[in-house]
Amino acid sequence: MSEPVVQVEQLSRRFGKRWALARVDLTLYAGERLLIMGQNGSGKTTFLRILATLTQPTLGTVRLFGADPVRDPWSARARLALLSHQPSVYEDLSARDNLRILARLRGIPDQTASWLERVGLEDRPEPVHTYSAGMRKRLSFARVLAQEPQLVMIDEPYGQLDPGGFALVDGLIREISERGATVILASHLVERASRLTERALLLHRGQPRWTGEASRAPLAWQTLHEEAR
Amino acid sequence: MTHFFVLLQKDLLVGWRGRSRLVGLVTYGTSLLLLFSFALGADSAVLREHAAAYLWVALLSASTLLLAQSFQHETEAGALEGLLLVPVSPMALYYAKATANLVLLLFLAVALFPLTAVLFDLQGGISPLRLAAVVTLGSAGLVGPGTLYAALTARLASKQVMLPVLLFPLVIPPVVASVKGTQLALTGDPMGQLVSWLSLLLIFDLLYWSLGGILLGKVLDE
Repeated sequence: MSEPVVQVEQLSRRFGKRWALARVDLTLYAGERLLIMGQNGSGKTTFLRILATLTQPTLGTVRLFGADPVRDPWSARARLALLSHQPSVYEDLSARDNLRILARLRGIPDQTASWLERVGLEDRPEPVHTYSAGMRKRLSFARVLAQEPQLVMIDEPYGQLDPGGFALVDGLIREISERGATVILASHLVERASRLTERALLLHRGQPRWTGEASRAPLAWQTLHEEAR
Repeated sequence: MTHFFVLLQKDLLVGWRGRSRLVGLVTYGTSLLLLFSFALGADSAVLREHAAAYLWVALLSASTLLLAQSFQHETEAGALEGLLLVPVSPMALYYAKATANLVLLLFLAVALFPLTAVLFDLQGGISPLRLAAVVTLGSAGLVGPGTLYAALTARLASKQVMLPVLLFPLVIPPVVASVKGTQLALTGDPMGQLVSWLSLLLIFDLLYWSLGGILLGKVLDE
């Protein structure tokens, strides 16, 4: 089998006295799709930020594409994309301007019109600060399409979207995955997200609570909620 | 270098699209100059003597707002994280941001100078080239450390207070040299002292800009 895209062992992160993430093990190969579930504050975002090289682990090891991103984040960053709660754009610029800048920084051909068309923003020349939350989310997906990363991490893919946006996002995630990218979704909408993934990991108070096939994720999620009651 | 030029163009474009903020800074600087000139009274000699000092106080005050805004664009919608994941090197980010801030501060200086000349009764004998050299090097002395500290304080709730608290002690030497140099450029330099002040400014600029480029990566780590 080829080298893992993501390999973490006993990954832990502490903020002050609180362990936001504790002893997580995970291995993902190229093209795999993982769903991370967990209640608010369960460590999902911290886990994704460590994998995106934006937060450093307190303990444990992380390897991306076979290399240590803590020592050298640059090579990993060129191959991954994180779609977080924020759209990572300039509010005073239009979607077109933002994507053009990204293309020039990445050194890739400018296909702004095509990227915008695929997320339904082709006729929105206004500055981003006038966009709704859902439109910003679409723009975030356009950024991911532009970058063509090998590892894509999406924190709450359905957050702030209308029902039409749900179907669009499902289609975009499938498209990204069909290109061969490894995809990690962190979502509360377990039923929906599990249909797009193969494996699932349930985090509870920073610790791995359950791991298994994505088709069994809704049941594991429901069990956690029943125990919490 | 490609990243530097793309980022510089981006920062100037963001500045241009948000030009109402720039107009606000010019208005703020104008208000300060008006207050200072009224406080000094109508004595032309006193006004001329203090013109350089008050011009730089106005520029220093306005620059803290300009610098704080420059990193606000980066943090308000997570754009900075997006840049780091491109990936863009912190050094390219620093030099592009500092250069854009320098261009915008020079624009502010050019906008405020005619008013300073009128309010502080500046007459002939002004050397435009020498003045331009002092203002450029002096402004670079402000934005060099200012850009670094703006990045450092960008995510703090009290950034509007913390930025001047951290920045002002560090920019005392370049501000003093700028005031002295501007005074000589405005009123004449019979003793040939201007070169010394310009040299001092150049040394501080080189020091601050070199350190800024090296240290921004550390500042952005978490």
